[in-house]
Amino acid sequence: MNALHKTKTQVEEIDRTVYDIRDKVNSPYQVGQGLTVKIVNEISAKKNDPEWMHQFRLKSLQVYHRLQLPGWGPSLDELDMNEIVTYIRPNTGMKGKWSQVPDDIKNTFERLGIPQAERKSLAGVGAQYDSEIVYHNVREEVRRQGVVYTDMESAVHDPKYGPMVKEHFMRLVPPEDHKFAALHGAVWSGGSFVYVPPYVNVEIPLQSYFRLNAPGAGQFEHTLIIVSEGASLHFIEGCSAPKYNVANLHAGCVELFVGKNARLRYSTIENWSKNMFNLNTKRALVEEGGTIEWVSGSFGSHISELYPMSILKGEGARMEFTGITFAGKGQSLDTGAKVVHAAPHTYSNINTKSISKDGGCCTYRSAVSILPKAYGCKSSVSCESLMLDDRSRSDTIPAMDIRNDDVDVGHEAKIGRISDDAIFYLMSRGISEEDAKAMIVTGFADPVAKELPVEYAVEMNNLIKLEMEGSIG
Amino acid sequence: MQLLEIKDLMVSVEDNQILRGLNLTVGKGEVHVLMGPNGAGKSTLVNTVMGHPQYRVDGGKILFEGKEITHEPANERAKAGLFLSFQNPEEVPGISLENFMRTSRFAVTGKPVKLFAYKKELKQKMEHLNMDEEYASRYLNVGFSGGEKKKSEILQMMMLNPKLAILDETDSGLDVDAVKIVSQGVEKFHTSENSLLIITHNTKILDFLPVDAVHILMDGKIVRTGDRSLIDRINDSGFQGLEAPAV
Repeated sequence: MNALHKTKTQVEEIDRTVYDIRDKVNSPYQVGQGLTVKIVNEISAKKNDPEWMHQFRLKSLQVYHRLQLPGWGPSLDELDMNEIVTYIRPNTGMKGKWSQVPDDIKNTFERLGIPQAERKSLAGVGAQYDSEIVYHNVREEVRRQGVVYTDMESAVHDPKYGPMVKEHFMRLVPPEDHKFAALHGAVWSGGSFVYVPPYVNVEIPLQSYFRLNAPGAGQFEHTLIIVSEGASLHFIEGCSAPKYNVANLHAGCVELFVGKNARLRYSTIENWSKNMFNLNTKRALVEEGGTIEWVSGSFGSHISELYPMSILKGEGARMEFTGITFAGKGQSLDTGAKVVHAAPHTYSNINTKSISKDGGCCTYRSAVSILPKAYGCKSSVSCESLMLDDRSRSDTIPAMDIRNDDVDVGHEAKIGRISDDAIFYLMSRGISEEDAKAMIVTGFADPVAKELPVEYAVEMNNLIKLEMEGSIG
Repeated sequence: MQLLEIKDLMVSVEDNQILRGLNLTVGKGEVHVLMGPNGAGKSTLVNTVMGHPQYRVDGGKILFEGKEITHEPANERAKAGLFLSFQNPEEVPGISLENFMRTSRFAVTGKPVKLFAYKKELKQKMEHLNMDEEYASRYLNVGFSGGEKKKSEILQMMMLNPKLAILDETDSGLDVDAVKIVSQGVEKFHTSENSLLIITHNTKILDFLPVDAVHILMDGKIVRTGDRSLIDRINDSGFQGLEAPAV
C-alpha cells in the first residue's frame, strides 16, 4: 500500500468542546417554569425602561407564549424552551477570572491576534479595558458630524432620540414575526443605536467590536441604525474571536433603515462557540434610490438560522448581499438572504459561499420576492458550496416568487468537492497538504474577504486556517 | 550517484496496472526525453515520480539523489528538488500567481523571501517568457489560455530552480511563437546543475537543448533507449516495431 495515506494530515475540527461549559444552574428563578411576567417586569425595572418599553416587553411576552417554534429548518429539539429562564438569566456575569478561562480559548485569541486588552472581555471575565476609550474617541469624532452612536439603553432614555427609538423599535421585525423575535422583544438587552443625519457621509466604519463587554451583549442585543436621506455609513458588528458564553441561545435583532439615496454597508463576522443556538433576525428597509450592502460571515455555533432580509421599498433601491458560512463537525448552519422587491426598478444581488467539513451541514436558503407592481426589477442569486469530505453536507433551497413579467431574474448554484488534483498541484510546489487545503479554502472565500476591511479580512483568513488545522497551537 | 533512479517501478491506477517494471536513470545536468504512444503510461510515470496519491506504487522504488522517495508526499519531493510542469495545470481561485509562487518558494527553500528582490526577479523572468506583468496579480491559472498556463508552469520552474524538472507535454497546444519562447526559457534553465526529463510529441522544444538520452515508453516499460537519432526514427515511422524490448 502507498504509505502516503499514512502520512496524510487528518484535518480536524478545532476542539470547541472547551466552550461547552454547562451552566451550573444557580439561577435565582425557578427552573422549568418558563418565562414569566415577573421576570420580564424585573428585567424592565432593572433597566429602568420608559413605560412604553415596559409595555412593549409585556406585549412581546404574550406573543412569545402564543407562537410555536418554527416548523422548518434545523431541529431545535435540544433547545429546551421550558428552561428558557436559564438562557435568559444565566449567572455568567463578569465575575470570572482570566485564570479560569480554558487555555484553548486563550490560545485562540493569541492565534487570531486579538489584543491582550480585549481578550479578557471576549472571554467574559473582564469589564474594563482600553478599547472602551477607543470607542469613546470614535463616538466623539463622529459626533461633530451630528452622528449619534451609542448603546441601545442610553438611546431609549435619551430625550432627543428616545422618541426616534420608539418610532422604529421592532417595526421592521415585529414580535409577531416568530417566536424568537417575540422573545427578543421581551428580554432584549444591549446593542447599538446609530443615527446618521441627512447628507452626512461617515468616513470611518463604526465598529461595535469595541463594546462586546456590555452585559448581555452577544445574546439578545438589539441594533437599530437609521441612515437618513443622502447619508452613508459602514457599520461593522461582531468579531472573529469565539464568544465565550455559558448561555447558549442568541436571539439578536438588527433593524436597518436606509433613507432616500442613502447608503449603508453592514458587515458582520460572527464566530460562536459550538454549543450556541444562533437564531438571529436582521432586516433592512430601503427607500428610493437607497442601497443596503450586507457582508456576512457565519462561523461557529451548533445551529444557526440567519437570513438577513431587505425590503426594497422605494423605486431604484438596491441591495447586495455577500455571505460566507463555514460548518464543521456537529454544526448545522442554515443561512441565506431574503429580499422583497416592493418597488419598480429595484435591484438585488445575492452572492454566497459555504464550506462544510467533518460532517458539518450548510444549508443555503433564500427567498426573492418581486411584487406585482415592481416592474423593471433585476435580481441575481449565486450560491457556491465547497465540501471538504464525503461526510459533509450542503443543501440549497432557493425560493422565488415573481409576480410580474417585466423582470430579469437569475439564479446559479454550484456545489463541489475540494479537488484532489488541486491539492496535489499545490503540494507539488512544496506546500504541505494542510496548507494546500487551507489555501484552497481561503481562496474560495476570497471574494468575501475582499468585501471586508483589511484587518477583518486577515482575521477571517486566520479563522479559516484555524478551522482547517488539526488543533490549536 | 544518479539524480533520479527508478527501479522496477510498478504502478496502478484504480486497480489497472499501468507501469510494469519500469527502469529509468537521469544524471545530474542531463537532458532526457521520454516518448511513447498515447496511453503508454508517460503521465502515470511523471505523476508517480511527483507523488500523486491516486497512483499506487505496487512495486519497485524511486530514488532521488540516492534517497528513497517512493512514499514521500509531493511537497517533500518538491523540497528535495523535483518539479513537474503539468500537462493541464489546475486553476486555483483566490490566490494570485505572484503570492502563490512566493509561498511556494518559501516552502521549498525554507528561507524567507525578500520581497523587493523577489518582485524584481519575477518581473525579469516574466519578460523572458513574454508574459504580461498583469498575470502576476491574477488568480493562479484562472482563465489563463492553454498557452498562458504553460508559460505559468515554466515561470514557476524558473522561480523555483529545481534540480530536476519534468515537463509533461509542456509544448503541446502552443503556437509556433509560444513554443519558441518556452523552449528558450527551458534552455536558460538548463545548466550543468539542472536536469530535465521531457515528455513531448513535438520535438521542437528540443531544438536548443543537448539531448543525452531518448527513452521509448510502451506498455508500461521502457522498450528502447537511444540517442537523439531515435527521435528522427519516430518522426519518420512512428512507434511501430519498437514494442520488442531493447537488445
